[in-house]
Amino acid sequence: MKKDGNLSVLLRGLLVENPVFVLVLGTCPTLATTQTVIGAFAMGLAAMAVLICSNVVISLLRKVIPDTVRIPCYIVIIAGFVTVVQMFMHAFLPELYELLGVYLALITVNCIILGRAEMFASKNSVARSALDGVGMGLGFTIALLLMATVREVLGAGSFAGIAIPFIKDHTIGIFTQAPGGLLVYGLLIFAVTAITQGRAPKKKSFGCEGCPSAANCSACMGKEEA
Amino acid sequence: MDSKLHISVSPHIRSKKSTKDIMLDVIIALIPATVAAVILFGLPALWLVIACVASAVLGEALFYKVLKKELPIGDLSAVVTGLLLALNLSANVPVWQAVIGSLFAIIIVKCFFGGIGCNVVNPAITGRVFMLIAFGSMAQSAFPLDSVATATPLVELAEGNTPALLDLFIGNVGGCIGETSALALLIGFVYLLVRKVISWHIPTVYVATVFLFTLAVKGDLTVALAYILSGGLLLGAIFMATDYVTSPSTPWGKVIFGVGAGVITVLIRFWGNYPEGVSFAILLMNILNPFIEKWTPRKVFGGQK
Repeated sequence: MKKDGNLSVLLRGLLVENPVFVLVLGTCPTLATTQTVIGAFAMGLAAMAVLICSNVVISLLRKVIPDTVRIPCYIVIIAGFVTVVQMFMHAFLPELYELLGVYLALITVNCIILGRAEMFASKNSVARSALDGVGMGLGFTIALLLMATVREVLGAGSFAGIAIPFIKDHTIGIFTQAPGGLLVYGLLIFAVTAITQGRAPKKKSFGCEGCPSAANCSACMGKEEA
Repeated sequence: MDSKLHISVSPHIRSKKSTKDIMLDVIIALIPATVAAVILFGLPALWLVIACVASAVLGEALFYKVLKKELPIGDLSAVVTGLLLALNLSANVPVWQAVIGSLFAIIIVKCFFGGIGCNVVNPAITGRVFMLIAFGSMAQSAFPLDSVATATPLVELAEGNTPALLDLFIGNVGGCIGETSALALLIGFVYLLVRKVISWHIPTVYVATVFLFTLAVKGDLTVALAYILSGGLLLGAIFMATDYVTSPSTPWGKVIFGVGAGVITVLIRFWGNYPEGVSFAILLMNILNPFIEKWTPRKVFGGQK
């Protein structure tokens, strides 16, 4: 596998391999916490903090963790950092802690974090994993902010809690509800795909070749060259 | 000449009718209801109709312009969508909301799924449901100019009062602008039947199902009659449940579609959160349509018996 440059590791999470709009990971928090810009921002930062820490630790331990039990190991590491972030927010940012509610604890099962552990941190050096965490975390935060901006401005007529004149009298309530979330999500994926056309990762990497467990998987033995 | 040289995949069913002719017939059939709407609700109704039709046509034009594809405006289907959506709104819906609903119906429901013939659900119905969820504006209903402001017939019925059947038939009651006059809608129905644009199956079975189910629940003939004349039932059954793209093509399929829509409508009316369930019923049956088509295959001519 050809190694990408460090800069590309950092930047590709922003658009070309944006975890939300291109890899379509972490859709649950994307839909659930983007009703308000503040909630989305807090969620993005909390997930980014966990992602960077877990990427670094998993990369450090990548030669120690046995392959067969790697997923439980990753989950334990991720859950540990989530607990740290959760307690930190409970202590210092109680309003945000209340706002995010159960979704804060659910960062543990955010597929972006597990996905990056499996796809990247378990195969790359500590520094590159940290860069990947920063890039993907920023990509996640930007995606959530975009979603939340559209949804809060159109649905509630405000931005980060500040009412916008004119729009606040012409709100479209559906955007703060679940169907509106799915609608905005679909339209933004459409927009991002239109922008990145030709630069998005090739489809073939989604088959056996792109599967991290291809080496031990009986289903694809002998098919690797296909 | 062009239409005679048109080549397409089998089955080759010869007909002089084009999409444009059919849509034109639907528009003609909707004229009585539109006129009744303007007479009963005045200028606001006219503005709504104009705003919805114009934004539907312009929205479709814009979409194809951006995609640099050939414009299919000539088939008039966007006009029908806009007109149907407008008739499904109450007169006090602000024009900007109507425009957003209309653009949603055309661009997201129709164009995103591939344009005419490819949409999964009826654009006008989906546009109405979108507006109902987005603005809740259909809940506060407007009233005809010369009538006393009371609740819509369905709300009255829920409270145990039966409105005069004649008022319901002519349309002198509250509700969405195009749904109140049963008379105008039935004139359109007869026209569509005579022109063979639609078959009788879906509207008749749909309304009959609602009537029988209501009769079974309420046990009163007048009340059951009032229920089928109230709300959007006739408008939905005649003009929206019969949409070619989103309803079954075989007679038995149409019967299943009508019964299903009727049952869902009554369930929502009596036990749901909303006073009216026609748009949700048609939308749900639209989604089931591919399965109904699968259960009721067309008999192949000359095939095995």
